[in-house]
Amino acid sequence: MRQRISRVAALGVLGLLGAADAWALGGSGARIWLPETVTTTGPDIDRMFYVILWITGAAFILVQGTLLWFLVRYRHRPGQPAGYTHGNHIVEIVWTVIPALILIYLAISSQEVWARVRGTPPPAAFEVEVTGEQFAWNVRYAGVDGRLNTADDIVTINQMHLPVHETVLIHLKSKDVLHSFFVPQFRMKLDAVPGLTGRLWVEATKTGNFEIACAELCGLGHYRMRGFLVIDTPDAFQTWLQQALAEQLGT
Amino acid sequence: MSVAHGEPTSFWRKYIFSTDHKVIGIQYLMTSLVMLLFGGVLAMLVRLQLGWPNHYLQETHWAHRIFVWMEKIQPVGFAGGIMDSGYYNMLFTMHGTIMIFFAIIPLLVGVFGNYLIPLKIGAGDMAFPKLNMYSYWLIPPAITVLCAGFFLQGGAAQAGWTSYPPLSKIGGPGQVCWLISILLVGTSSIMGAANYVTTVINLRAPGMGFFRLPLSVWALFITAVIILLATPVLAATSVLLLMDMTAGTSFFLPAGLIIDGVAQANSGGGQPLLWQHLFWFYSHPAVYIMILPAMGMVSEVLPVFARKPLFGYHSMVYAIMGIAVLGFLVWAHHMFASGMNPTLGTSFMVSTMVIAVPSAIKTFNWLGTLWRGSIRFTTPMLHAIAFVSMFVIGGLTGVFVASTPVDLYLHDTYFVVGHLHYVLFGGSLFGIFAGITFWYPKMFGRMMSETLGKLHFALTFLCFNGVMFPMFILGVAGMQRRIYSYMDYTHLAHLDGLNRMMSYSAYVLFAAQLLFIINFFWSMAKGRKAPENPWQANTLEWATSSPPPHGNFPKPLTVYHGPYEYSVPGRKDDWLPQHIRG
Repeated sequence: MRQRISRVAALGVLGLLGAADAWALGGSGARIWLPETVTTTGPDIDRMFYVILWITGAAFILVQGTLLWFLVRYRHRPGQPAGYTHGNHIVEIVWTVIPALILIYLAISSQEVWARVRGTPPPAAFEVEVTGEQFAWNVRYAGVDGRLNTADDIVTINQMHLPVHETVLIHLKSKDVLHSFFVPQFRMKLDAVPGLTGRLWVEATKTGNFEIACAELCGLGHYRMRGFLVIDTPDAFQTWLQQALAEQLGT
Repeated sequence: MSVAHGEPTSFWRKYIFSTDHKVIGIQYLMTSLVMLLFGGVLAMLVRLQLGWPNHYLQETHWAHRIFVWMEKIQPVGFAGGIMDSGYYNMLFTMHGTIMIFFAIIPLLVGVFGNYLIPLKIGAGDMAFPKLNMYSYWLIPPAITVLCAGFFLQGGAAQAGWTSYPPLSKIGGPGQVCWLISILLVGTSSIMGAANYVTTVINLRAPGMGFFRLPLSVWALFITAVIILLATPVLAATSVLLLMDMTAGTSFFLPAGLIIDGVAQANSGGGQPLLWQHLFWFYSHPAVYIMILPAMGMVSEVLPVFARKPLFGYHSMVYAIMGIAVLGFLVWAHHMFASGMNPTLGTSFMVSTMVIAVPSAIKTFNWLGTLWRGSIRFTTPMLHAIAFVSMFVIGGLTGVFVASTPVDLYLHDTYFVVGHLHYVLFGGSLFGIFAGITFWYPKMFGRMMSETLGKLHFALTFLCFNGVMFPMFILGVAGMQRRIYSYMDYTHLAHLDGLNRMMSYSAYVLFAAQLLFIINFFWSMAKGRKAPENPWQANTLEWATSSPPPHGNFPKPLTVYHGPYEYSVPGRKDDWLPQHIRG
């Protein structure tokens, strides 16, 4: 009876996961997993994600498997008394040292990626300033003088254009409350903090249309604080920028 | 420090303003179970919106009818049969706040700390019974103030349970209520903790050395130390924000803040990140406040039903201490994407990776306890096993978000929501269910129904996984947490099917709790009478009647062994109580 309950429970979990998977595919046919990545650093972050997935996956199977095996193997049976032991120093050392080594390895390899992604940015070919406000992203480009925060800047709302294959430095600010600049395909987010200027660099590897999400609760309209990001070829980007400049001079 | 106070006879002194730790424990139990249910109702409303983002619904859909019906109860939150996005923010804010501060922490620390510590160390009561009574009686005002927010203009707090300024600062009266309530509940916590620490140090029965304490007492003792060190920081930071909101100070507001087109008069010189540092300096240790007592109780239940000594008692104790110390050094891992200096991220990643080691040690020792046991699958044992299994998932998914670069992507997505629910529901709440079903006979003198208990366990376990596991997948797909509707984003628009499946699971999960409620009250009236020691366990609470009399033990006890002497070779019985010379 008891065994049957645990077996039914295990089957149920698997069944639910299967159903979830089928259901997830049912809607649009798109698999629910990591979106594509379009930056030079994205693949590094994904690799780190998969390294952790494999290691924790193995630990998960090992521990849950052992647990299940013990539950079945050592279930109460009349006439079979339990063993008597208070523990063992050697196994304690083993299962302290092994996880410690694995975690140190993960910390070191994470640090390599972290240093690249969030360390000193490489020389930027292009700079742009993004300011969050309830509930929009203001994107500021340098005007004819080539400098940010001067009178001839171009400011767009919720429309961001970036050139592909160029190192872009994003200065991140906020006018009012916390926001978080999150482009899933960049695999990164950074909070926009009022009073501080955050720095974020990316080099896109692919052109296309993407979305900027807000990932830090910012009020009633948090869910619709959505910006549009276009990654263009350098030529198309320059054309767009010149057009925006011309429009600004015209008005 | 005297505990020899006479038994009160009046109804008020005996059941309401009681100083008896057992009555106070049961008062905490009833109060926090009601709050657990209320927090659950709020979660169900959250799942309603996430399963059926309502502005996409057709009018004939059954979920639409529920929204329309909700409008009759909450006309402001559901105007026109559509949930308001501010109302949604309020729902998850209050769900988190209530579950953490008024359900999980009081259930673990308030209920089991009060009920078990004196009984398990062989004391007649707490060191400071009156302080104990005050500690409980701060909870009802805290709840009243918190929930008063629902009836004020603008509703209750809407800035998330973390209440990050500047958003929280511009909140309405509901946010002020939130802060005052947190101050009250924090004060109550500090009073209780001072009491626990004093009691464990001073009132242990003769022979009860520190290394003969049951692990639940060790865990509650260390938890109380964490509370004493961390909670004052939460209180201080709440006062600062309260001043920002009401007295015109600017601790958290930088200069030149313009909100909704209006320049903020008092802003200047403040720093939003300061709140995050102070808040998490409390709230990360609070994560361990919410898991250590559950770990302690599970370490107690596993040996009883495996009929085997706890594996590695000393390393279990040192692991608890290690977690407590390291728990104070990891707070900024909640802030990898906050805009703080990335170098700081490195040091907090390292400390976070290190804190996984004692958790791993505990898991392996639980497995070691089951190894060569003679396992009885009672309801408390099933919950304890589920704790181990689910805590493993909670712990392993923590490694993803501990890794700074991976957290850059997963931070503030549903991955984090899944991770925290595997720790706080899969861990803490299964631990609480194990604790309640295990000590129920002692508390109420009756046995609970095993059939209802197992059915409740099976449904809870299944549906918990049905609603929480997909959260990891949603997070990997990039779904941000705390969003009222995900349908507008192109990278999220295909997630509605999975979200609906999770909502269905959540509803069955909620309905299954009815079985627990029925079992709880039915057994109180009709359950089989509980003997002194129904589980044949060793610790001292089983050496007195069920329920124990005022003063706990008719005669003072002396302790001769550690708490886990099960299946000692050469003995007829497979248990050896701590107070019996063997």
